[in-house]
Amino acid sequence: MFDVHEMEVNFGPQHPSTHGVLRVLLKVDGERIIEAKPIIGYLHRGTEKLFEHMAYPQCIPHTDRMDYVASATNNLGFVEAVEKLMGVTAQIPKRAQLMRVMLSELQRISSHLLWLATHAIDIGAMTPFFYCFREREEVLDLFESYCGARLTLNCMRIGGMPDDLPPGWLEDLEKFCAKFDAAVDEYESLLTNNRIWKRRTVGIGVLSPEEAIDWGITGPPLRGSGVEWDLRRAQPYECYPDIEFDIPIGKNGDTYDRYLVRMEEMRQSNRILKQCMPMIRATNPGEIKAKISRVVRPPEGEVYHSIESPKGELGYYIISDGKSQNAYRCHVRPPSFVNLQALPAMARGHLVSDLVALIGTIDIVLGEVDR
Amino acid sequence: MNPWLRYLVFPLVKFLIAFVIVQLIVMAMTWIERRMLGFIQARLGPNRVGPYGLLQAIADPVKLLLKEDILPSSAEKVAYFLGPMLPLLPAFVVFCLIPFGPPPTFIAARVNVALLLILALTSTGVYGIILGGWASNNKYSLMGGLRSAAQMVSYEVPFGLSIIGVLMLCGSLDLVKIVEYQERNVWNVLPQLVACFIFFVAMNAENNRTPFDLPEAESELVAGFHTEYSGMKFAFFMLSEYSMMLVNSCLMVSLYFGGWTLGGVVGSAHHQIGLTTAVLQSWGLLGGIIGTVIFTVKVMIFMVVYIWFRATFPRFRFDQLMDLGWKWLIPLALGNIAVTGILVLAGAEWLLSVFGAVVLIATIALVVRGPRAAPRQVAHASRVSEV
Repeated sequence: MFDVHEMEVNFGPQHPSTHGVLRVLLKVDGERIIEAKPIIGYLHRGTEKLFEHMAYPQCIPHTDRMDYVASATNNLGFVEAVEKLMGVTAQIPKRAQLMRVMLSELQRISSHLLWLATHAIDIGAMTPFFYCFREREEVLDLFESYCGARLTLNCMRIGGMPDDLPPGWLEDLEKFCAKFDAAVDEYESLLTNNRIWKRRTVGIGVLSPEEAIDWGITGPPLRGSGVEWDLRRAQPYECYPDIEFDIPIGKNGDTYDRYLVRMEEMRQSNRILKQCMPMIRATNPGEIKAKISRVVRPPEGEVYHSIESPKGELGYYIISDGKSQNAYRCHVRPPSFVNLQALPAMARGHLVSDLVALIGTIDIVLGEVDR
Repeated sequence: MNPWLRYLVFPLVKFLIAFVIVQLIVMAMTWIERRMLGFIQARLGPNRVGPYGLLQAIADPVKLLLKEDILPSSAEKVAYFLGPMLPLLPAFVVFCLIPFGPPPTFIAARVNVALLLILALTSTGVYGIILGGWASNNKYSLMGGLRSAAQMVSYEVPFGLSIIGVLMLCGSLDLVKIVEYQERNVWNVLPQLVACFIFFVAMNAENNRTPFDLPEAESELVAGFHTEYSGMKFAFFMLSEYSMMLVNSCLMVSLYFGGWTLGGVVGSAHHQIGLTTAVLQSWGLLGGIIGTVIFTVKVMIFMVVYIWFRATFPRFRFDQLMDLGWKWLIPLALGNIAVTGILVLAGAEWLLSVFGAVVLIATIALVVRGPRAAPRQVAHASRVSEV
């Protein structure tokens, strides 16, 4: 009698809550999602191909542009992979290692702040957005005073760091660290016990630990499912073994648990930063660059090295032919791309309103998905 | 007095004055809303045009008037045009039924079924939104329009039911009589605390305001039913939304918070305490203006609460919204009607007031005590000492 059929909706690529240019082809029955198919590639820039035509140091600015809200960790993954290929990992001075860790953890805080801001505003809570940006500005100010850039930092070099910390930087960082825990408490007071927030996130997009591992999910979504896997601990790099921190894990693997995990990760990052400060003061003055050749020409071979970026396992796979100054092939394993795979499975059966919560909780950056 | 003057000219003039004042308040509201949101959200809000950005309220309509009025090629032309116009009319007409101050001067048209008429008029607002959403021929608009239709129809029920308790207490649909009842007894918020709460929730939902702003949820449906609208048509949607917010706040104040009065009549000797109707009337026009100011201040408090909510709450999901309406608010409202009815018949209305006062004090005490439950913590997998 009635003509019953599903409606197809194009969710994106230009939509307020797809965090860039993600396009999701939705098949909906009323508001219920029957099928969600992410379509990617709108931001493809051929970064991996570019790496093949550039000397290794020239690649570093291009890594900035992948996960453009967490460029310090992108730099870190790349320079560490090249150092591993050259076999100079052990020569990196302690001061440079500490600076790398501090910048990475600041980057984790700023990336998680941006995630919280957008995730909250997607679910309709407007105010946390501005509160998060208030603190994120201070992190970006710290970046700016270190390397002159706020977003695309280009702040690490193969073998060490480009510059020493400017005078007064540690004091500014100290001020930020002192008040950041209270700021996280403030965000939590708006959301964590809010009934509407809970109803929108508890039980939404549940990933069991097995499913999460099968999908290859890493980072906070994996830990939200209760799997204790953090590369800072599992495959320690830089000076993380010397630093004390907890790995927060969730229980139910839903959006709410992933939210809690990220909130706690921000606190833990702050804890790491606080521990780093006396350590780096003890190395002052110290070397910030290993004594290696300025011309980077790694021996023939291949390497895969991954680090814990704010979004998950960020890996670089580099093949060197031993003759040239550029990589024969450089492949990137971006966490967002892999985590995004789980979206169709997570979204099936939920409502359109939940889709924005799910896109938010996976925490994708399209620059990294498409590369 | 000449009947023409009495029944046509005076009401019309009064309505026009009320209309202009209301529109000024609506304009001011756009500025207040943005400044207040800015204040809450650690930013400034509009502060460039005129002193404190006050002229922003004029700059915006001017901008919208000058904007190109886009008509999507696949839109249903007549319905697309009617969409923004339809809700505007009831939103304006309703203001002639609202008593802004003591009668007879400060109410444009005193009707003895004013409340019924207001409910009837305001409930037509949903047509504009459905028409606009459907006529845009856009999937997001359609979803927004349908959401809005379902939401407004659902919340119309608890909205109406919550008023019945007041009607039973006051025995009248005339807003003036309801206000006068409140000064003889106590503000209806006490005996009808539950109804007042339901009315408050339902009025937020009726106006599509946060946390019930699903029809225009910008992060889900881009802009919901008004996605395709631009220029003055868009402004009309906004205008009717703000006017309806104002209408509902006026109703709230008249029904539950004593309207234009600030005081009460005590005992059989009719002691006038504070600014009661009789006191205000004895001061003539000045008293009327004072009454109107009191009324406006009370209304503005509720308008500010709307903004406060918008800054605080996340958005409900559609099915949860329906859940709240049908499974909680409607049974609650029906229960309130039953209890109120029995107590009114038994002549024990004071019991309702005592109950309301106790609940109110308990709530305030709980709020003052601050948050209780510790936030749920995540488990910690390992410390470095354990590795």
